[in-house]
Amino acid sequence: LGHDIHFHDKKIALLEAGPRKEYDHMPESYSNRVSSISPGSATLLSSCGAWDHVCSLRLKPFRRMQVWDACSEAMIVFEKDDLDDMGYIVENDVIMSALTKQLDAVADRVEVFYRSKAVGYTWPLPSHGCDTSPWVQVELADGRRLQTKLLIGADGHNSMVRKEAEIKNIEHQYDQSAVVATLHLSEATDNNVAWQRFLPTGPIALLPLSDTASSLVWSTSHDHASELLAMDEESFVDSINSAFWSNINHSDFIDAAGAMFRSAISLLKPSGTAVRQLPPSVAKVDAESRAVFPLGMGHATEYVQHRVALIGDAAHRVHPLAGQGVNLGFGDIACLAHHLSAAAFNGSDLGSLKHLLKFETERQRHNVSLIAATDVLKRLYSTTLAPLVLLRTWGLQATNALPLVKVRI
Amino acid sequence: QLPLFRFTVKRPFSTSHSSVDSKEMKKFQLLAHKWWDEEGEYAALHSMNDIRVPFIRDTLLSMSSNYHLGNPLSGIKILDVGCGGGLLSEPLGRLGASVTGIDPVEDNIRTADQHKSFDPVLAKRIQYKSSSLEEIVEESMETFDVIVASEVVEHVADLETFIKCCSQVLKPEGSLFITTINKTQLSYVLGIVVAEKIMGIVPEGTHEWEKFVPPEELERLLESNGFSVRSVKGMLYNPLWGSWSWVESTSLNYAVHAVRAGAPAQPHATDTLPETELQQRSGTAGTA
Repeated sequence: LGHDIHFHDKKIALLEAGPRKEYDHMPESYSNRVSSISPGSATLLSSCGAWDHVCSLRLKPFRRMQVWDACSEAMIVFEKDDLDDMGYIVENDVIMSALTKQLDAVADRVEVFYRSKAVGYTWPLPSHGCDTSPWVQVELADGRRLQTKLLIGADGHNSMVRKEAEIKNIEHQYDQSAVVATLHLSEATDNNVAWQRFLPTGPIALLPLSDTASSLVWSTSHDHASELLAMDEESFVDSINSAFWSNINHSDFIDAAGAMFRSAISLLKPSGTAVRQLPPSVAKVDAESRAVFPLGMGHATEYVQHRVALIGDAAHRVHPLAGQGVNLGFGDIACLAHHLSAAAFNGSDLGSLKHLLKFETERQRHNVSLIAATDVLKRLYSTTLAPLVLLRTWGLQATNALPLVKVRI
Repeated sequence: QLPLFRFTVKRPFSTSHSSVDSKEMKKFQLLAHKWWDEEGEYAALHSMNDIRVPFIRDTLLSMSSNYHLGNPLSGIKILDVGCGGGLLSEPLGRLGASVTGIDPVEDNIRTADQHKSFDPVLAKRIQYKSSSLEEIVEESMETFDVIVASEVVEHVADLETFIKCCSQVLKPEGSLFITTINKTQLSYVLGIVVAEKIMGIVPEGTHEWEKFVPPEELERLLESNGFSVRSVKGMLYNPLWGSWSWVESTSLNYAVHAVRAGAPAQPHATDTLPETELQQRSGTAGTA
């Protein structure tokens, strides 16, 4: 917003709980917190000049995504026809640093309060006729008070803004946690493929960071997650390799049914079965890089209220299996910025519900279907029951053969 | 206190020379505190901003050569006649203009003043005054770049006087923007019966069909008082969505943009054919 021409004489304050993060060059080792950035999000970042900084620091584009089932041979491969980049794996610190640089460039309009925390909010009454201020009052931990026409809550899935605004949140804790780590591959490779295998306990994913390193995101039961965290490095590496390579969850029945379906497809649509690539094997894990995070799903019933808007995880929280969490947030930002910019050019009061509701409708329409689909996939793949495995096996194989459906995904 | 004194003294003497209708004023007095409820009685006026602000903004931008998109109306002095609670003054102020809002109903001015007082930027850019147009003519000759009279001329007692006063306080080549309601059978049915009595889109009794102004007559009055009418556009309110849009037909609501003729010493190409053009236009308007 600071870079938007229609916001030329507006004032924006950004409350950041963490310290300022700016890097001139990245440290040798990779951070274990990475995100999969879609091309749409990359466009947003380049519209405010941050993408250039990301590229000059470090990122890894990937061209292909192979997703398969541990209980059968079913597999689906995503790739763009023209072999363009499908997405980028970027460390979160890199994105933060790039954004910090761009925030500095508009420091006259945007003031960033690092290491700050809001402790209280006072909400205005919707139809103001009395003497109290019609704006939102924010009280900071250090005692300072700010007032604003529009408060945007981007404070994560435990959003205080959302709670204080008494916006109901539909939430559900999954019985899973995600284990992340930075891994080193046994041998250097092009490494431009993202791998994901659905195990009954949860999906394990390998996201490329460089020719020799990849980031691990393994969603599994809480108990298994703690085991993984506690075991020594060698056992950890062994678990990862066996998760990707072992076939113990296969049953003859499913294999036969899957093979039959596959030959049926190749009769109907010869190009419908893709070449199966083999994932890389892991040699070692970076010390200190293992961490675990509980997983859940959440969706706020309202994204906006008079003078308040929620974006990103504050509004919705998804399972990482689709790699979409942060991209939904970027989508929210692009949409809200578009509506606020138009409102500013019309001279409207920025906190007015009229344009805020337009943002909410647009994003809820888009987000709800994706969040629901992700939740369904998570549940569908959490079982070894034959009928469901067959269903998803055939479903996956069919989807793999249908280019129209794949492009939509 | 002083303006109030002047106001009460002037009233009994000004019925024939003023454009302010005292009956009209009473109607608005009762609703003075409802202005800023976006979902309340004035909801339709709030959403009218969505088309009238861009209309004013884009027309002015197209007439000027140097402007900054971040502050499009910077440096422009606007008079908002019949500003009410300031619904239109505030967005114009936010876009950078210096706005003077006048309204004969004191309670409206009070509401407007209070609403802008919380915003430090607007508080400086907008000045409100409880006054009629005639009362400020003497001290504001050729002062304003733009006059906006939105949803006002259908409440005015003497339209020709009103237009003459506009001409006097406008700078040469200044712009006048008017939005109002046409006098047609359709506007009686939809504008009064449906809008006021049935659906309550407009508070009951706000409008009197007799005072509606057909665009042909408005154009005639403007052209014969030194204005050149640049555009006339029809507007339509959709009660389902609560939103306004531009339409071809001017049979209900419409907007007019007119420019005050430049000083006689500098005739422009557009001003050299006023008489013949005017006769032709009113001729075709009569048959339409």
